[in-house]
Amino acid sequence: ISDQDKEYVGFATLPNQVHRKSVKKGFDFTLMVAGESGLGKSTLVNSLFLTDLYKDRKLLNAEERITQTVEITKHTVDIEEKGVKLKLTIVDTPGFGDAVNNTECWKSVADYIDQQFEQYFRDESGLNRKNIQDNRVHCCLYFISPFGHGLRPLDVEFMKALHEKVNIVPILAKADTLTPSEVKKKKIKIREEIEQYGIKIYQFPDCDSDEDEDFKQQDTELKESIPFAVIGSNTVVEAKGKRVRGRLYPWGIVEVENSAHCDFVKLRNMLVRTHMQDLKDVTRETHYENYRAHCIQSMTRMVVKERNRNKLTRESGTDFPIPVVPGVADSETEKLIKEKDEEVRHADHEPDSHQQHDHEHKSEHNFDHHEHSDTQPNLETPFDYKGDEAL
Amino acid sequence: MGLVHGHAHSGSLSSGGGSTLLGYIGIDTIIEQMRKKTMKTGFDFNIMVVGHSGLGKSTLVNTLFKSQVSRRSAGWARDEKIPKTIEIKAVSHVLEEGGVKMKLTVVDTPGFGDQINNDNCWEPISKYINEQYEKFLKEEVNITRKKRIPDTRVHCCLYFISPTGHSLRQLDVEFMKRLSHSVNIIPVIAKSDTMTIEERQEFKQRVRKELEMGGIEFYPQKEFDEDMEDKSDNDKIREAMPFAVVGSDKEYQVNGKRVLGRKTAWGIVEVENPNHCEFALLRDFLIRSHLQDLKEVTHNIHYETYRAKRLNENGGLHPISTNDTQESNL
Repeated sequence: ISDQDKEYVGFATLPNQVHRKSVKKGFDFTLMVAGESGLGKSTLVNSLFLTDLYKDRKLLNAEERITQTVEITKHTVDIEEKGVKLKLTIVDTPGFGDAVNNTECWKSVADYIDQQFEQYFRDESGLNRKNIQDNRVHCCLYFISPFGHGLRPLDVEFMKALHEKVNIVPILAKADTLTPSEVKKKKIKIREEIEQYGIKIYQFPDCDSDEDEDFKQQDTELKESIPFAVIGSNTVVEAKGKRVRGRLYPWGIVEVENSAHCDFVKLRNMLVRTHMQDLKDVTRETHYENYRAHCIQSMTRMVVKERNRNKLTRESGTDFPIPVVPGVADSETEKLIKEKDEEVRHADHEPDSHQQHDHEHKSEHNFDHHEHSDTQPNLETPFDYKGDEAL
Repeated sequence: MGLVHGHAHSGSLSSGGGSTLLGYIGIDTIIEQMRKKTMKTGFDFNIMVVGHSGLGKSTLVNTLFKSQVSRRSAGWARDEKIPKTIEIKAVSHVLEEGGVKMKLTVVDTPGFGDQINNDNCWEPISKYINEQYEKFLKEEVNITRKKRIPDTRVHCCLYFISPTGHSLRQLDVEFMKRLSHSVNIIPVIAKSDTMTIEERQEFKQRVRKELEMGGIEFYPQKEFDEDMEDKSDNDKIREAMPFAVVGSDKEYQVNGKRVLGRKTAWGIVEVENPNHCEFALLRDFLIRSHLQDLKEVTHNIHYETYRAKRLNENGGLHPISTNDTQESNL
């Protein structure tokens, strides 16, 4: 279609217009990695994004680890490729599953995810929406040990606690300890158990009927690869005269990017090249919306309770502008909510000057509900409204 | 064998997308993912036309989108009566081009400026615009929200200036002054083939002066330029506005080509010929370069202003559950 075609209006350029703006603003993506220590999580992250996020970390010995509770750590890195900027945040969960008694060790992880939702909900409901920072977790890679007979009780409990809060992508870690047939058997077993326990992992959207055969084939292969059997490496070795990323054993060289050796390439392609947008969409449209709906309902229940108790003090109610349910609001509650609105409005929302940051190591125990992270200019579309997304 | 650490800020080491390359992650493909999504979901665009009757509003919109999209179909009805009050009439069509689907809604305002007494004739228009914001706000505040909130907000208001050759009318100034803070206004000089090129230039200068003196911020507004690149592009456009346009849905043969135009005894006015009028400039600006921006300014600025005002009012916002269809008392 060109100007020569007299029917041409020109709105077919819209995707380009959207694209131009997005490239300017940049994108963000938050990836969580969870699983016991020693399953290669850090190495995999470094391999996926060609970074060295963990070069400064100190590995603790067993004794030191006993006293540790499950931490939540964040590392942020800015990556640029072909003019496209990505602010990547990796959320790690050191200490998970390492204790003797791991009861409910996923709680701090679940709390972290909820807190990001809560912060977003407040920001979205507030008055100054220009610089909302989106810290919601878009995807959680859950590492399953290759040494078990499928899923362990902890794996099941973790995934069930989180499957309605975040997109879970199960990973079969350190797959080079298994032979191809062992990998195959384990995958089948794990998939069966996932279904058996009613765990809702991230579903790849179905192909459109008008996609080409190649794409459909790829799509089927992808679905049958779960859990992704991966190997990670940051070292480059020489194999058959080529320099490849891999692991050198006396019996041979494992190549990370060789599809015959492991699913690393499949995982990376899925995560970055084909499904990154969808992971964010599902987070926004499903997980976040669920959280928000629950939140509003429980808040209104709370307001009703308070009103009935007739003991409204300055501390009661919520401290940000919430939607008021018709029939419930009376002048007293409204006055209260207005006062809280005032307080929020006068809180400082100054964005930092745009800065490049390499490592932002934030270790936080027992997240404080009212903590606001440093506001930085949001790099993606300012807020994800439910109108034509990015349109 | 050596130790290689990937560097966080490296650009791609090669141009190909092969997955066996050591240095390429593939982040730029997110653009393609977004594009696919855009193509699938399609988008809405709502344009309002304002100006008194006979200025060729419907014809111009039809010409812009090369379709019968306004409420008047081909061949205008000469005996159509001027309504006694201003009406707001919205007509939607789905257009498709290059795989991209657009639901175009044209909002017409017959009766504007046609009465003897035109006091406050902008009020029904202002009310309509705010009602669309309100609709959107209510959806946003709902407990169970739709995946895609239907967007009926006016993204662009084309204001038609009568080609008197003298200056703006008082009504023009009043309207644009009041509405430029709640909607993107793009003023155009209608039926500009009634003026010679010189007359047109002089008229434009006078109009621009008056717009400036009236403090009227038409789109693209200076204060919303995001960066130097935007500013320089938009400065050029602002300098050339208001565009002097001619509309037509009839075709004629000129130099062996079929062109849209108006046939007069002394020649054919070619709508898309930049030497004859500025229609092509308007079209390129409106559709090919700033379509997305019009929507974004509407959403990020005009809508947010409205929302902030509503949040500050007494009573706040009432979420309506999907079962409750009663309008809450606001």
